[in-house]
Amino acid sequence: MTILAFTLLVGCGAFLAGLLGSLTGLGGGIVIVPLLTLGFGVDLRYAVGTSLVSVIATSSGAAAAYVREGYSNVRIGMLLEVGTVTGALLGAYASGVLSPNVIAVVFGLVLLFTAFQSLQQRTERLAAASSPLARRLRLPSWYPTPAGHRHYEVRNVGLGAALMFVAGALSALLGIGSGVVKVLAMDRAMHLPFKVSTTTSNFMIGVTAAASAGVYLSRGWIDPVLALPVVLGVLAGALVGARILSRAPVRPLRVLFTSVAVVLAAEMLWKGVRGAF
Amino acid sequence: MHAPDEDPDDVRMHHLLGNLLRWGVLLSAAVTLAGGVFLLAARGGSPVAYGAFRGEPGALTSVAGIVRGALALRSDAVVQLGVILLLATPIARVVFSLVAFLRQRDLPFVLMTLFVLAVLVFSLAFGGRA
Repeated sequence: MTILAFTLLVGCGAFLAGLLGSLTGLGGGIVIVPLLTLGFGVDLRYAVGTSLVSVIATSSGAAAAYVREGYSNVRIGMLLEVGTVTGALLGAYASGVLSPNVIAVVFGLVLLFTAFQSLQQRTERLAAASSPLARRLRLPSWYPTPAGHRHYEVRNVGLGAALMFVAGALSALLGIGSGVVKVLAMDRAMHLPFKVSTTTSNFMIGVTAAASAGVYLSRGWIDPVLALPVVLGVLAGALVGARILSRAPVRPLRVLFTSVAVVLAAEMLWKGVRGAF
Repeated sequence: MHAPDEDPDDVRMHHLLGNLLRWGVLLSAAVTLAGGVFLLAARGGSPVAYGAFRGEPGALTSVAGIVRGALALRSDAVVQLGVILLLATPIARVVFSLVAFLRQRDLPFVLMTLFVLAVLVFSLAFGGRA
């Protein structure tokens, strides 16, 4: 295949990934690595490096709007980034010594978990009072709702930060945003409202991904010919997705995206177990 | 859109932060696209080979090398400069937060932000060689 044909095909795939990712709220990053490795036979290391760069693009673009509107809790984001960047740096070094087959198997498992999680009903568990640590760090805050501003409390700061370490390590190892682990930590452990946990998670993804992408760039895992269609494709898809979100049939799309994720996960697992990477 | 008891300084900071992220992404996308057009014009007909991992040539793996290449108008280095600008966007965001926490004299958050900034700078400057 020529570079031109490759760029156009990968660009279309990345556009679809970005579009579906933004419409379903699952992020496009998680299907980029399977798209490149299974669909185009790209080496896993190049795929992980390229995918991370596209994750920074979409999360920074989306975070720009959320921060301005006052949904993201910048203090909580900054605090938890201490955990994610530490995990990301360790994950980046781990990926240098682990076999690509091991990484592929972990990828398949995380992808399955993401698909499973996306079909679950999310339940909001707001806390009545904040923990002393959360109060001392001034983490409790307000967020906008149609009925005016609502106050929320924050708990389990330490557990949240520990889970964020795991999220950071997975992000680096797999080239994904790990939004699913981040949201879990903030919904379940820290009892944040959905809007706050989703948008704060998004706010943190850029910094988390940059911590490992720097390592990958200097290790030679990020190639311009791959980065070009993936970054621009995913970004364009996410922008279009944000425009048509209010008119799109979100539920069927979510089922479609989840089914695609399950098929890709199965193939990553199968090829990884056979040692085909 | 903001809470009644919120510091107007915070509200202004959130607006600046949002703009910083938006312009960082737009600038990076524009540079990537410009480099990409020239890259495809020059090398579009060559075959691709990413099935085997070789790693990038040294000039495309460091900030200094990429900036030098981009100044010499090498198309692959210009695309890579777009990638660097994308990596720099979250770093600029953290620097911005650091200034805000310093102004609020919020010592725990100043220390946390410094730590995050140190990891990001280390990763980009020495990451692959450490």
